Amino acid sequence: MLYRETGQFKTDYEADQQIFPIRQDRWLVALFLAVAVLFVPTVINDYWAKAVLLPFLVYAMAALGLNILVGYCGQISLGTGGFMAVGAFASFKLMTAFPDMNLIVVLLLSGCVTAAVGVLFGLPSLRIKGFYLAVATLAAQFFLVWLFNKLGWFYNYNATGQITVPPREVFGFLVTGPEAKPAVTYLFTLGFVVVFALVAKNVVRGRIGRMWMAIRDMDIAAELIGVRPLHAKLSAFAFSSFYIGVAGGLIFTIYLGAVEVTEAFGIDRSFLVLFMVIIGGLGSIVGSFLGAAFLVLMPILLKNFMVDWLGMAAVTAKHMEITLMGVLIIFFLIVEPHGFARLWQILKEKLRLWPFPY
Amino acid sequence: MGGDFLFFIEATVSGLTAGVMYSLVALGFVLIFKASGIFNFAQGVMALFAALTLVGLMEKFGLAPWVAIIATVGVMIVLAWLIERLVLQHMVNQDPIILFMSTIGLAYVLEGLGDILWGSDVKVLDIGIPQGALDWLLDDYGIYIEKLEIVAAATGAVLVMVLAVFFSKTRIGRALRAVADDHQAALSVGISLRTIWVIVWSVAGIVALVAGIMWGSKSGVQFSLSLIALKALPVLILGGFTSIPGAIVGGLIIGVGEKWAEIYFGSLVGGAIENWFAYVLALAFLLFRPQGLFGEKIIERV
Repeated sequence: MLYRETGQFKTDYEADQQIFPIRQDRWLVALFLAVAVLFVPTVINDYWAKAVLLPFLVYAMAALGLNILVGYCGQISLGTGGFMAVGAFASFKLMTAFPDMNLIVVLLLSGCVTAAVGVLFGLPSLRIKGFYLAVATLAAQFFLVWLFNKLGWFYNYNATGQITVPPREVFGFLVTGPEAKPAVTYLFTLGFVVVFALVAKNVVRGRIGRMWMAIRDMDIAAELIGVRPLHAKLSAFAFSSFYIGVAGGLIFTIYLGAVEVTEAFGIDRSFLVLFMVIIGGLGSIVGSFLGAAFLVLMPILLKNFMVDWLGMAAVTAKHMEITLMGVLIIFFLIVEPHGFARLWQILKEKLRLWPFPY
Repeated sequence: MGGDFLFFIEATVSGLTAGVMYSLVALGFVLIFKASGIFNFAQGVMALFAALTLVGLMEKFGLAPWVAIIATVGVMIVLAWLIERLVLQHMVNQDPIILFMSTIGLAYVLEGLGDILWGSDVKVLDIGIPQGALDWLLDDYGIYIEKLEIVAAATGAVLVMVLAVFFSKTRIGRALRAVADDHQAALSVGISLRTIWVIVWSVAGIVALVAGIMWGSKSGVQFSLSLIALKALPVLILGGFTSIPGAIVGGLIIGVGEKWAEIYFGSLVGGAIENWFAYVLALAFLLFRPQGLFGEKIIERV
């Protein structure tokens, strides 16, 4: 009843091919955007921005990128942490080398740099597949982190090896550094994520996206019907790395402000983002957001619950948190291996008829 | 013989023994991958958990090492049974990547559980394996070789032989190979998949215990022990996921290659390359043989 598309006729191709063909979907998205843009900035404070909203947004961006590669093109990658580091260090180098460059341009360029690196590390995917490829991408992870740790040029030869973001303004608002207002940083990140989510949504339903999905479903068959594997796989690596690079840049410039590479972009980041993609739903844009929200919020809720309500010691709570996260992940994979995106789909199916039996 | 040559021998031998240690971990991966097609990321944490349990039993209950080892074997078997019951049984027929991710979840559970049960401080594991240098080699030739590494290498060799006999001569071993070949065919001739999985996870648990003992005696039982899984992965892809000899040969190649690279190439680029060198080495091999050195040829049909 609530989600019934009866009576919504499409009379031209344009209407038939819009991103959200069903009116309720359009309303829902508009409502979400309105709340996110108009309401949230008025109530946001430092804690919410730093602990919940910014991590959610940047990880949603990274999850979008990884979902393109794993969910749409079927190439498993465990190098996400390394690629995010590329984005972060590229934006740092660009910001310090060209102080006048607009931050938006900086982030886009660091995305492009990461895309180039991603293509380079994606080359083995033409020859090796499946878990062999997954392990091979770990080479990217370890090598990149080592590189940024070892070569002083990347962190401008400072003593700590840490990179710190210089303050930058966009359109007259300070967006980076500790002085920036939470509402501004939030809106800036939100803008990036919304625009690139739209781009991703359009790319995956177009020719390129179909090419990726053909490769994912069966690469030999895809090759036989004329999809070039070189083209498809490398473009997936490039797109995915671009998103992950921008996410890495955002993590460094907006969310953390100062980054130590082994800590911020270690292998657990790779796993975290992969979990987001899988728990959210492979091959689903909305799933990337749901997965990111789940894995950002869950530890906070668990920690608050155990430390504040049950009065556990922080150390015990930490161990419990790891254990419970593991249990939850396994539970979730058993109950719904297709992720939140599938749950969302089921919910919509139910809402079509609800509250009537048929 | 010049000092350089002795140094070279020393590096090679220590690389070989380190390689055996990697192989010990990689073996566990191969066993589980062969029998169930699951890429078990929790293998490293299983080694940590086994070592933690062993140390905990020895310290808290004052058990003699051999009693504690037997008890830990029991714990690992119970653990295998629990994993089958609570996790694997519900995940039959899922995509490999879902199974892989669930083993990462399992790794979190075991890691947290080990810390809760036995505490997270660094522990010393001493079950009486001799430590220190082999004296006669050091005195006569000036070559430094750890006794522990020799013991580890010998244990690894014995373990592989036992496994080889187990796989080829026993009824269960044949059933295991049947399952590895074809799940459905194995089911249809009356092999119980669930029993096989419990057995194979138990064996992997025991292999993890051996790896945990060796690594734990070498560098203490602590969280970083679970990271040896990351060391075993290049060994795994180099040797092929499905081959036990591959795990051994891969381990030796990686161990020696890593040592040589560290000595002759590492200083050129600033050192600390052991984190990624093994991966690059494995990658180079993979480009020529995508299924690893001993892996089964991948045949794809449309």
